[in-house]
Amino acid sequence: MNSKITREHILNLLHQGLREDGRGLENYREPVTIEYNIAPKSAEGSARVRIGSTEVIAGVKMEVGEPFSDTPDEGALMIGVELIPLSNPEFEAGPPQIEAIELSRVIDRGIRESHVIDMKKLCIKSGEKVWTIIVDIYPINDAGNLFDACALAACAALKSAVFPHYDEKTDVVDYKKKTKNKLPLGDMPVGVTVIKIKDKFLIDPTTEEWENLDARLSVFTLPNGNLCALQKGGNKPLRPEELYTMINLATERGNYLRGYLA
Amino acid sequence: MIKRESGRKVDELRPIEAKTGVIPRADGSAMFKIGNTTAYAAVYGPRELHPKFLQNPETGILRCSYNMIAFSGSGERVRPGGNRRSKEISLVTEKALLPVLDLSQYPNAVIDVFIELIETDAGTRCAGICAAALALADAGIPMKDLPAAISVGIIEDQIIVDIDANEDCDIGAVDVPVCVLPRTGEITLLQMDGITTLDLLKKVIDKAIVATKEVNKIQQEALKKRYQA
Repeated sequence: MNSKITREHILNLLHQGLREDGRGLENYREPVTIEYNIAPKSAEGSARVRIGSTEVIAGVKMEVGEPFSDTPDEGALMIGVELIPLSNPEFEAGPPQIEAIELSRVIDRGIRESHVIDMKKLCIKSGEKVWTIIVDIYPINDAGNLFDACALAACAALKSAVFPHYDEKTDVVDYKKKTKNKLPLGDMPVGVTVIKIKDKFLIDPTTEEWENLDARLSVFTLPNGNLCALQKGGNKPLRPEELYTMINLATERGNYLRGYLA
Repeated sequence: MIKRESGRKVDELRPIEAKTGVIPRADGSAMFKIGNTTAYAAVYGPRELHPKFLQNPETGILRCSYNMIAFSGSGERVRPGGNRRSKEISLVTEKALLPVLDLSQYPNAVIDVFIELIETDAGTRCAGICAAALALADAGIPMKDLPAAISVGIIEDQIIVDIDANEDCDIGAVDVPVCVLPRTGEITLLQMDGITTLDLLKKVIDKAIVATKEVNKIQQEALKKRYQA
């Protein structure tokens, strides 16, 4: 529910280098917190992320199944976000809307393409049995910037995950018996979304700022500075030098966010 | 005397935690945790009801939705999108809460209650109802009473209060979720599966009334806390 008055207000503030909640343009809301193992009995791994009053939970389930025919010696990964109506008055029940689909796919790409999970190590028997890792992400309170919060929650949940006991002879997973074996993880990606309103670049947008963005760019980076996924959104175009500014900003802010994952 | 694996006494509840106002975007919200069962509830409304043909010019309606999130189950991942079980629980939740509301004040409107189970260890519909009752109160919806619910079980003719998943798996276990209006002692939710006698059922109801008084105390404290300081 976007109004002209809100837009004018945001623009006026930005013109003076200000934001409604008093933050600098490049600052995350505080506190940023990560809680691990919020559903220790049911999920193989789980986490709760708060960025300001935005709250997101993520959980990992693991199943044993057949590999895809083109990758017979690799496990599988599924990542999805469900925009449940509990978290925002504008979300509706039913099949996923385009917002949820884009969000899910961007988070999936950011994590998959970072190769943070060694998929080959998820192979139990080539061509027959592999582990499938499923990450489900839910906003509890959507007060803006679900992209960054969801990505962070997914990474945190993966970090906390342990395999359930699996009996190869009987092909039965005993979810009640958890092993101490963690997922084979490498360097974690971090996702940072930069939005552009008029000529200003903002980090960690609130709901109102998000509704008034001209363009946005989600950037997934690795600790060594490499990029692993990008997604441009919004109705306005971006010039190449604007893109690079946004990527540099996202990389620097990503290092800040990564500090919380350590 | 049956011994509970958890070491609890037969009429001992699991530790309960309740908090309101946990979802700032909602008009009212609450978290209710009993043992390893955690329910979140958010209330939106009264707001205009869509689709419009459902609108009633005489009264508002209550619409509850119960859902288990994908990683909340004890075994494999729960497939999203709901199923017959979640639809039925949504319905009985609605009926459990409705008697305390006067919706005639809200013609053409809906009060939406969304219940999400984050982790489950039996007693999920009862936890959901307890959370939803708190969320409705938190939203400032006028209520005659604060419904409280508990699941009481019977194992080998022994009555067990606040049955957990481990106990529910017992062969021959009877599971009776009950929602009580603490002020009047009226019952707004009653389901049962398993074989038992009327005598035992009467005792189950008595136990449920006692247990929900305890639950109600914790609910009231959670509401008071919201408005302290």
